[in-house]
Amino acid sequence: MSGTETMTWREYLSTDTITSGRQATAQRLYWGTRSFFSSPLAVFGLVVILLLAIMAIFAPWIATHDPLVQNLARDLEPPSAQNWLGTDEFGRDIFSRIVHGSRISLYIVMLVSVIVAPIGLVIGMTAGYFGGWTDRVLMRITDIFLSFPSLILALAFAAALGPGIENAVIAIALTAWPPIARLARAETLTTRAADYIAAARVSGAGAPRILWRHILPICIPSVVVRITLNMAGIMLTAAGLGFLGLGAQPPSPEWGAMTSAGRRFMIDSWWVVTMPGMAILIVALAFNLFGDGLRDLLDPRQSR
Amino acid sequence: MQTMSRTDASPRHRYWSNLVSATGFVGSIVVTLFGLLVLTFVIGRMMPVDPVLAIVGDEASQATYDRVYARLGLDQPLYVQFFRFVSDVLRGDFGVALVSGRPVVEDIIRVFPATIELGTISIILGAGLGIPLGVLAAVRRNKLPDYLVRFLSLLAYSTPTFWFGLMGLLLFYAYLGWSGGTGRVEVYYSGLVSPITGFLLIDSILVGEWDVFWSALRNIWLPATVLGLNSMAYIARMTRSFMIDQLGQEYVVTARIKGLSQRQVIWRHAFRNIRVQLVTIVALAYGGLLEGAVLIETVFSWPGFGGYLTSNLMMGDMNAVMACTLLVGVLFIALNILSDILYRVFDPRTRAA
Repeated sequence: MSGTETMTWREYLSTDTITSGRQATAQRLYWGTRSFFSSPLAVFGLVVILLLAIMAIFAPWIATHDPLVQNLARDLEPPSAQNWLGTDEFGRDIFSRIVHGSRISLYIVMLVSVIVAPIGLVIGMTAGYFGGWTDRVLMRITDIFLSFPSLILALAFAAALGPGIENAVIAIALTAWPPIARLARAETLTTRAADYIAAARVSGAGAPRILWRHILPICIPSVVVRITLNMAGIMLTAAGLGFLGLGAQPPSPEWGAMTSAGRRFMIDSWWVVTMPGMAILIVALAFNLFGDGLRDLLDPRQSR
Repeated sequence: MQTMSRTDASPRHRYWSNLVSATGFVGSIVVTLFGLLVLTFVIGRMMPVDPVLAIVGDEASQATYDRVYARLGLDQPLYVQFFRFVSDVLRGDFGVALVSGRPVVEDIIRVFPATIELGTISIILGAGLGIPLGVLAAVRRNKLPDYLVRFLSLLAYSTPTFWFGLMGLLLFYAYLGWSGGTGRVEVYYSGLVSPITGFLLIDSILVGEWDVFWSALRNIWLPATVLGLNSMAYIARMTRSFMIDQLGQEYVVTARIKGLSQRQVIWRHAFRNIRVQLVTIVALAYGGLLEGAVLIETVFSWPGFGGYLTSNLMMGDMNAVMACTLLVGVLFIALNILSDILYRVFDPRTRAA
């Protein structure tokens, strides 16, 4: 705000004559946030995700029952004041199991995202920046992974690694990095020829420094958006693996596995299957809505 | 601009550049297929189930174990094993499925028609609903129909397919009775029609078994609808974005100024220009159905490829899993190539330069 003491924050954030990079960033964030919060669907997504996080953190205090303790005297009870979402075939409280299951879902989604982002970024940026044979080889590998439908590849990996949450995470991560790599490569290709990169190179910056300091910041927004949008897919793939018995194993209250276990009792006790599936649907929808909103905020070029 | 470049490119030059790009095209396919083989091989070798034990059982003597171990080639170095795997695959030999005791290829040929039948009906539903919805959304952009279509497709993207299938069974089979249960036909009709084409809906008509036909139809509509939901969402979304691109073009404005009706502008002008793009999208969506089929066939006990794959995954049948994985990869690549070729053949705009 150099030299314009009279300028208010509102003017600083809305003037057309931008004087610094910081002001440009501030303006973009301010208007982006405003548009994000003016979209009820995006806000709904954000709220659901926050609720999910709270539910996962405070699960033992929110749950009304122990998620694992069986009570065979009260099996397959319909939703009531005592068991809000009913009980399953072992008399366990479904609401409490869903609350505890949120930890597993969130754990898988976060872990996969944290693994996939750096792998995709490194491969994509390297391919895009160096070009030539490096690019050809790396992109060919990416294409091979992309030539499988992700669930089938994840299934094959999960079967090969053996069932369990950690293996499900590895299997999903192995199928989730290629789109990120593609995206990072595309972003790198468009910035590689920019004047400021040439300037950095002339002033003696090496490839790692250019990639880290100048190209990575350009890639981050679109990669973050992409990963957020992918989170819904990761949720669904993890639930699918759990449903097929390749993800989390039975006593654990993973939502997909719960749906699968409830199948046999579905005709007489609809809630056993309906409730966990509904939880998956709501959370996946929230990730999708939040991702759409975030795209308008961080990556306006891709929104329409 | 395009005519300029055409005049200075001699026919011979065009011939060569086409040949070079075709060689590159074929080369990249070969490399991808090879990578697919490597990936499948790695997955097969990682399987936690001991393939020898699966054949000889727990009580076999060490000598039997060693003999089978050697016969499977597991004593050879990995690159020799890989070479054997590739040469077997090239001869169409995927070994014997441990569960059924028959060659894997035979098994796959037997189960595949059920999946194709299901997938074809799904894609007809998906494209038949998705395309009109996408056009509607584009024409009424940022109005209520657009919001509805966009929200519906987002909802479809967020729905766990297996759960949606179960909900469908609960509502239409258990409560309303509008749908048959699981499997391809009612139990008492099964095996009544021996496969001719393998497509039960067609076979039952060919032999005049109308009861079987109606039973098959009652059983297929629900899984096909559930499976088609995702492709509908995808096709609607893509159609919408293609149409929006076209409707913003100047020729559409010209057509409007000439006084053409809304219907003529949309269907005779804009829609005609996106047909090729749509064909490629539908081809890709058809491949994507394989993914949903794995879950849906498990839910509906559908005796197809997806059910075969999952049941063998559970048993740790290495041969069957490798063959299935490879087949899915090859099918996906084939569909990609097909849509690429369709694009080049039917869309003159991609042929320039």
